[in-house]
Amino acid sequence: MSEEIHDVRLQVNGASHTVQVPARRLLSDALRHDCGLTGTHVGCEHGVCGSCTVLLDGRPVRSCLMLAVSAQDAEITTVEGLTEAGDVLSPVQQAFSDCHGLQCGFCTPGFLTTITAGLRDNPDPTEDEARDMIGGNLCRCTGYQNIVSSVLRAAEITKERA
Amino acid sequence: MKPAPFVYRRPGSLAEALETLAGEPDAKVLAGGQSLIPLLSMRLAAPAALVDINAVPDLDHVAVSDDGVRVGALARHADVLAHAAAAEAQPLLAMALSHVAHATIRNRGTTVGSIIHADAAAEMPVVLALLGGSVEAASVRGTRTIAAADLFAGPLESTLAHDEIATEAFFPALRPGEGVGFAEIARRHGDYALVGVAGLVRVEGDEVVEARLGYLSVNDVPTVVDVSGRSPEDAADHALTELQPDGDIHATAAYRSHLVRVLTRRVLEAAADNARSRQARSTEKP
Repeated sequence: MSEEIHDVRLQVNGASHTVQVPARRLLSDALRHDCGLTGTHVGCEHGVCGSCTVLLDGRPVRSCLMLAVSAQDAEITTVEGLTEAGDVLSPVQQAFSDCHGLQCGFCTPGFLTTITAGLRDNPDPTEDEARDMIGGNLCRCTGYQNIVSSVLRAAEITKERA
Repeated sequence: MKPAPFVYRRPGSLAEALETLAGEPDAKVLAGGQSLIPLLSMRLAAPAALVDINAVPDLDHVAVSDDGVRVGALARHADVLAHAAAAEAQPLLAMALSHVAHATIRNRGTTVGSIIHADAAAEMPVVLALLGGSVEAASVRGTRTIAAADLFAGPLESTLAHDEIATEAFFPALRPGEGVGFAEIARRHGDYALVGVAGLVRVEGDEVVEARLGYLSVNDVPTVVDVSGRSPEDAADHALTELQPDGDIHATAAYRSHLVRVLTRRVLEAAADNARSRQARSTEKP
């Protein structure tokens, strides 16, 4: 039996990608293999680690827990879409650089997208709220301390730039 | 870690969804997919077809009335959790929802889907069972209301027929004098609970006159126990006669029994406090 192929229009970081995929193509794989956007990392592939987190219409979701066909016409933001005009690092990216919020970097795309949306909802988090914000993302290098610092620093940078 | 092939349909109306489902005996309904997609990826499930209901209109409501809260099949956990009027009418919703996985999962996962998935380790099935709520089921044959007491048939098994879509869940509002509480213990924040307890009590004056507790992650199905008229210690002993805590890689049976005792006491106290503070608040109102 040949598998049915679907034409799916994905709106990623403001650009439109039409991809031909079988229905079982996970959104994470469609972004990486069909759109060539390999910034989204695939860790556990069952929703636990948070590495593949992207923003779907502004809200963080696990791209490994969605089918690409289900994402038709939604606005998707991947880590590649966080950088601001003129290749300026976004406040969250800059904070990770300032605070040494990453080591191997594998989990980082998921943290950056999650925190970007988290600070939009809560621009001035306490340390506890910062920990809660990243509670669904695993990092095996940092021990999280510098990621928490990065969340708080990103909130400061956002205010400084405003 | 990739799903097996399946036929994908994305109907644009409920009628079309029901017809598609009726024509595909081995189809599964896809709403949030936060449990279904991992099951597909691990090939623990390999349905012939998926009927994606995300394009069906008018299913994402959270509607609050005097009698309770109605949650549509496409309302995400996050939307129900953020709904202030729903939390006021039935505070157990928000108490339990804040324990459902992580915020990122709640952004996509649906409350109705979680109920129909019927995982005895999940929060929302036991909440529906404890409150005596119900689910609206639609099929090409018509619609029916399934009471929570008749909904959970076994582990990961609801009594929804293969051609039915659960379009809405109904959670009764708290009545005067009633209060609720919720607590669970998990190894890590956001993990499935080792044991969780939801409580519903009614007070008259300062005294608790009715008390029911719902247990998750203890039996194969969400289990509700009436502990009216019992002290917290006695309530836990009584609950354990109806619960069969089992050991697994996460916890021994003895540890689960211990958690049942600790959480029973905590939840009974919290629910009684909740009832009293609501009562105090309602008498303050002019």
